[in-house]
Amino acid sequence: MATPSSTRSTVGTGSLFALGSASGGAIAGGMCSARQEAVAVGMQTAMRNIDSVITAYRCHGWTYLMGVNMLGVLAELTGRGSGCSRGKGGSMHLYARNFYGGNGIVGAQVPLGVGVAFAHKYRGDGGVCFALYGDGAANQGQLFEVYNMAKLWDLPCVFVCENNGYGMGTSVDRSSASTDYYSRGDYVPGLWVDGMDALATREATRFAIDYCTSGKGPLLMEMETYRYSGHSMSDPGTSYRTREEVQEVRQTRDPITSFKEKIINQELVTPDQLKEIDARIRKEVDEATKLSKTDPEIGVEELSADIYCNNLEDSIRGTHPGAPLKHIQVAVRN
Amino acid sequence: MSSAIRKNCFLISKLFKNVNNCSKRLSSHFIYFPDNEKPVDGETSKMNMMQAINNAMDITLKNDPTAVVFGEDVAFGGVFRCALGLQEKYGKDRVFNTPLCEQGIAGFGIGLATAGATAIAEIQFADYIFPAFDQLVNEAAKARYRSGGQFDCGALTVRTPCSAVGHGGLYHSQSPEAFFAHVPGLKVVVPRGPIAAKGLLLSCIRERDPCIFLEPKILYRSAAEEVPLEDYTLPLGEAQLLKEGDAATLIGWGTQVHVLLEVAQMAEEELGIKCDVIDLQSILPWDEDTVCNSVKKTGRCLISHEAPLTSGFGAELAATIQEECFLHLEAPIARVTGWDAPFPHVFEPFYLPDKWRCYHTLAELVKY
Repeated sequence: MATPSSTRSTVGTGSLFALGSASGGAIAGGMCSARQEAVAVGMQTAMRNIDSVITAYRCHGWTYLMGVNMLGVLAELTGRGSGCSRGKGGSMHLYARNFYGGNGIVGAQVPLGVGVAFAHKYRGDGGVCFALYGDGAANQGQLFEVYNMAKLWDLPCVFVCENNGYGMGTSVDRSSASTDYYSRGDYVPGLWVDGMDALATREATRFAIDYCTSGKGPLLMEMETYRYSGHSMSDPGTSYRTREEVQEVRQTRDPITSFKEKIINQELVTPDQLKEIDARIRKEVDEATKLSKTDPEIGVEELSADIYCNNLEDSIRGTHPGAPLKHIQVAVRN
Repeated sequence: MSSAIRKNCFLISKLFKNVNNCSKRLSSHFIYFPDNEKPVDGETSKMNMMQAINNAMDITLKNDPTAVVFGEDVAFGGVFRCALGLQEKYGKDRVFNTPLCEQGIAGFGIGLATAGATAIAEIQFADYIFPAFDQLVNEAAKARYRSGGQFDCGALTVRTPCSAVGHGGLYHSQSPEAFFAHVPGLKVVVPRGPIAAKGLLLSCIRERDPCIFLEPKILYRSAAEEVPLEDYTLPLGEAQLLKEGDAATLIGWGTQVHVLLEVAQMAEEELGIKCDVIDLQSILPWDEDTVCNSVKKTGRCLISHEAPLTSGFGAELAATIQEECFLHLEAPIARVTGWDAPFPHVFEPFYLPDKWRCYHTLAELVKY
């Protein structure tokens, strides 16, 4: 393992860790990816700049990794103008270059990912699309529709099932007839990956890119991970599992602790260096958190902005005591 | 009239200012008006809407051995805890979790109901009902008709939380009643509070046609009333006249009823006029008699809903009212609704047809 990339992963993991703790209930919207970071961090490290990603609502970490700064993520959660979607999307709707977003509807992003993969193939740009979803979404019918399309046309699509053990409050055993999510693509070959190990997720991704770019078609990867907190801000995450279970994962499988131990044992980094990185990132996050709470909201005129590319009428219909809302264009168009 | 506009513009700019200066997003845009009239005599208990819905399902599971309750996470009560404690009480074979697959939940419920069970399905948010749209529109609604009455899934009720909640954003705030109102074969109901919710839900469950029961989620905890403990139903297809007057008819459903009740109060205090306030309750079928009799009396009508203006259910009401009450109308029918925009994350206070917008429109309506 080369030192630069390990340092980069450390930064990535550390930042996400700090980003996660920044939410701490203080910011509306919720930070629900805590301790699933090894999936995104490992994958992103292996990805090339032509590859694309689309994921579900656990998208905060991905957005950061795909190039949006901390303020861009945090201010989106607080609905402020510096948010990467100008505060108009909120927690589940963050976007970046080659990052086709988080999604608020369970499973809805996966067919989109197959469409993105087709575009890669059609353009011949050599890119691969990673379409991520959770174990909960794995039971949505539309996934099976697009497994078929992806294999039928041998698209460069990697389906990534982030299995964190729970679809909201229901454990995998109680929601899925087969919990071998890697095998559920039938004719789409699958891999099981330890999603708590950033090196494993990185190597699996590297393999997947090789596989897909050699014209063999889609691949499915199940990344087994764990969710420490509840599903969302309104779920304490304690009514359907034991505290001991959470504690045990923390002690034995924590992606950050184990990665830290690995790189310290290999003498790639000293504990002091890590502390320094930690402190620096914490400060950065604290500052971004503060800014995300004081940053101004966009003007109310944007309520009617960017609904259409070409609004055939001047205004957006509604009932208002004053003037009608004018449809405006804020986003830069290609 | 221009002074009224100035006054209202002032109020609105004040509101905008207040909202912008708030570090905390407004969590509620209305005052809750509890029901004081009981539909039945007997013992009551203070319940919020979540508890009243829980109580209705409890009664059903107790008295109807074929009844089952299912949906995403309902085993521990569901995200809003409406099914809280029911699994412990009635067992895992009657109250159970489904996978996260709305199309499957709806189809499963239709089959279950067709085969004779009382099926109570929960779709976690009304915004998630669209994957199930095909099953509900093409299977549930048409089952009886297409089989010449041999088969039906009338024992199916789909409960789902809808409408604004203060911070829901694009996919936890929508009000999809108008989509389902366009489907002959379905019945669509929206309660305004605990007493109505219990009676209407029990009616939907027992109704021999598939029902979509839309529960304004902001009312689950914010609305509390003395709810009769005994089993009672409220008739489907009937609106309720909650307040009487002669100046105008205000029509809403769900949370918006409370906005309109406050608007009527404001109009009484500020303008010295009294209005009829009607809770439509049933969207499909809707109560033409109550609505048209009221509008014939007042000559003026304001309809308000959270959903967007174009093809909102207010359009259907307005079309029928102008046809039935044409010679009685003193002013064009007014609608105060959400914008023809996606439900916004940051602009919820401006998107909603709040009391200021409704009041302003009413003030113009009575002076027309």
